[in-house]
Amino acid sequence: MTTFGQQFINALSLGSIYALVAVGLAMVFGILRLINFAHGEVLMLGAFTAVFFGASGWSFPLVVLMTVIATAIVGVLMERIAYRPLRGAPDVTLLLTSLGVSIAVQNAAILFFGAQPRPFPTPAVLSQQIPLGGGLQISGANLVTILSALILMVLLTIFVTRTRMGAQMRATAENAMAARLMGIDVNVVIIVAFAIGSALAGVAAVLWGARVGRIEPLMGFVPVLKAFVATVIGGFGSIPGAVLGAYVLGFGEIFLVAFLPQELSSYRDAFVFTALIVILLIRPQGILGSTEPEKI
Amino acid sequence: MSPTLALHDVHVLYGAIQAVKGISLEVRERELVALIGANGAGKTTTLRTISGLFRPRTGTIVYDDRDLTKLDAHDIVGLGVAQSPEGRQIFGSLSVRENLMLGATRRGRNADLGADLERVFALFPVLKERLGQAGGTLSGGEQQMLAMGRAMMAKPRLLLLDEPSLGLAPLMVGRIFEVIARLKAEGVTILLVEQNARKALEVADRAYVMETGHIALSGDARTLAANPDVEKAYLGGAAAAGQPAKGAARA
Repeated sequence: MTTFGQQFINALSLGSIYALVAVGLAMVFGILRLINFAHGEVLMLGAFTAVFFGASGWSFPLVVLMTVIATAIVGVLMERIAYRPLRGAPDVTLLLTSLGVSIAVQNAAILFFGAQPRPFPTPAVLSQQIPLGGGLQISGANLVTILSALILMVLLTIFVTRTRMGAQMRATAENAMAARLMGIDVNVVIIVAFAIGSALAGVAAVLWGARVGRIEPLMGFVPVLKAFVATVIGGFGSIPGAVLGAYVLGFGEIFLVAFLPQELSSYRDAFVFTALIVILLIRPQGILGSTEPEKI
Repeated sequence: MSPTLALHDVHVLYGAIQAVKGISLEVRERELVALIGANGAGKTTTLRTISGLFRPRTGTIVYDDRDLTKLDAHDIVGLGVAQSPEGRQIFGSLSVRENLMLGATRRGRNADLGADLERVFALFPVLKERLGQAGGTLSGGEQQMLAMGRAMMAKPRLLLLDEPSLGLAPLMVGRIFEVIARLKAEGVTILLVEQNARKALEVADRAYVMETGHIALSGDARTLAANPDVEKAYLGGAAAAGQPAKGAARA
């Protein structure tokens, strides 16, 4: 029972990180029909920012703040430089461009930072184990991960459903032409979507760094791939779907490893992707996805 | 007095196709001008170009002494040109209230919209009962009302209506045209695109007849309605009196 509880906490924490990354993918996809694979590089640059400020002796909350600001700027720049000139281009063009941006940023990072992994200076508070009673304990990193994902998802929900800009964002995602006829400046909406999604990736970068303990220029690939799977499971373009998919994936991974025989646990990604295929065979539109007609 | 809206020799490419081939038209203040013609004549492309969704290849679109061809769609709305687009294009997953409020986007965060909402409810009482419902759950006629009400929330000085009666039951078509007549009586300047030429010529002051990207005919709405060519081509001749020109079945 203790093992189960412990694994439950791990799964919740892993799902939370995936959720923070997946939301950014879902927001951008909802508006632009762009699967932004370079989102992982936003996270990677966030992690390097965190290490830079951490090494400069800044306090942890300030490091997180600077990371979030940096990733928001990176995301907005990416949109401005790489994606905006392609507005109206076919979806495949956008997809290939995002892969190109991803590879370009990875290689630039290898040039500037070197390919060697660097240790992530996890603050002592995050390494602490906090007893929960009943033999259960939670690491500071897991606690912070779960709580920050929860708080940020609540704030994001309020933003999307209760604010003017949130309504403009939903309107633009549903019908960009009609949104323009309402007087909505679609470019502003897109910038806000990139900024928020990238800021959340910044938070994920710090949490991922603390979890893995080291950073390197290619570190963005795995989280963005997992976030992509999460958004597909949940229903692409749906923010609640992306969050749900992230937790489904987090739980799937952790519990497969926990309860599979030891010799099979290195195949955990194979199991995860098999599960993905099965889910998509049953529900091609994802768990929360709707079968709305193709947009014009 | 200079017209509220004046198009001069506007050419528009729609993809590789030249959809609008040099049209000129005018709408004066408080006027209701109809733009009629067959499916594919370029009427919708013309309205979308006025709204800034398409850029004309050449030509000018002057509204209140400003050339709209240089402006973005959202800035054109800011100048007081609102459109209720073809196919209604309401936001189906957003509530009726949110749809209406989005219509007032350019009036700013602090605009007092209570009186505007009341005005929309006076025109379309059913919307008041549906405020909390998702737009997509409304009937076709109610969605058309929402699309028009949403455009009215911009407090437009020029209202562009694209095919407001398309695909609606005859009773609903009648109600929509009643509202159009009422808006005109209230002094709203309107450019109306319609396939239902008969109804459009009944409410309009003046009309332009479009054929394959050109203005083929123009003039006083009553005169046009009595013109034998127009009658034959767009009003279905005497035998089919009362029927819309090309059938309202276009999806």
